[in-house]
Amino acid sequence: MMTTIETPRSPYARTPRRGVNWEKAGWIYMRVSGVILVVLILGHLFVNMVLGEGVKGIDFAFVAGKWASPFWQVWDVTMLWLALIHGANGMRTIVNDYATTRGMRGTLKTLIGVSAVSLIILGTLVATTFDPCPVVPADQLELLPSFCETL
Amino acid sequence: MSVATAPRAAKTITRPGGTLYRGHEGMWSWVLHRITGVAIFFFLLVHILDTALVRVSPEAYNAIMASYKTPLMGLGEIALVGAILFHALNGLRIIAIDYWRKGVKYQRAMFWTVVGVWAVLMAAFVPRQIIMILSEVPA
Repeated sequence: MMTTIETPRSPYARTPRRGVNWEKAGWIYMRVSGVILVVLILGHLFVNMVLGEGVKGIDFAFVAGKWASPFWQVWDVTMLWLALIHGANGMRTIVNDYATTRGMRGTLKTLIGVSAVSLIILGTLVATTFDPCPVVPADQLELLPSFCETL
Repeated sequence: MSVATAPRAAKTITRPGGTLYRGHEGMWSWVLHRITGVAIFFFLLVHILDTALVRVSPEAYNAIMASYKTPLMGLGEIALVGAILFHALNGLRIIAIDYWRKGVKYQRAMFWTVVGVWAVLMAAFVPRQIIMILSEVPA
């Protein structure tokens, strides 16, 4: 039987891979989402923490005032999806680096995935089904934004 | 079987070669990026849950927000904003290293630029936040 010996110094040929390179897709995702998140999160911090009374001004009426506008609903839902996927993928990288056993890696990555997916669903539902003027007991009427009085 | 010995590195090389992630600014920025990233991730989980209370009742949401307006949480917010600003600025630096032709050459300078811009932004935010914290303390 003949054994083929490769020509010495023949260039290294990368084994061609089939399908989508998910690791590369994730690498690109971290950078693309990162740039967008810089704008979205710094804008979010500036409007909520710096403008007006800062964190002291945040209450139900403040959120209702923002989410009465589709602009802030789209802003916040985009931020939610991009940030959670970015964060979950980052946590996945860290688990791959530090969790030493296969079982531990699987468990931790499942937990990360489950929390990311459920919080994306929860957050999207909260922001899109939000009612700025809900029916509340009389003692909570003053907590609603002022524009609810005209309804 | 003989072990091939690599030629000894010239003594003039003081910095480990091959990766900018080993030692000095390259490594410490990476360490900080991980630590701030993990911290922000866990805050994000909590933050989505607390915001979800707007769907429960105005009273429930205002109750949880009141707990964010205490002096202790005010300090926590400084740490959070500091972590987010570092992660954001250093993230832009990482993108520059990966995509800009001269990124690797200037990665150290970019790290100190990140630190400088971070300090300026924190200098703008922290005094205002401290005034906010102190105004919460009952007189």
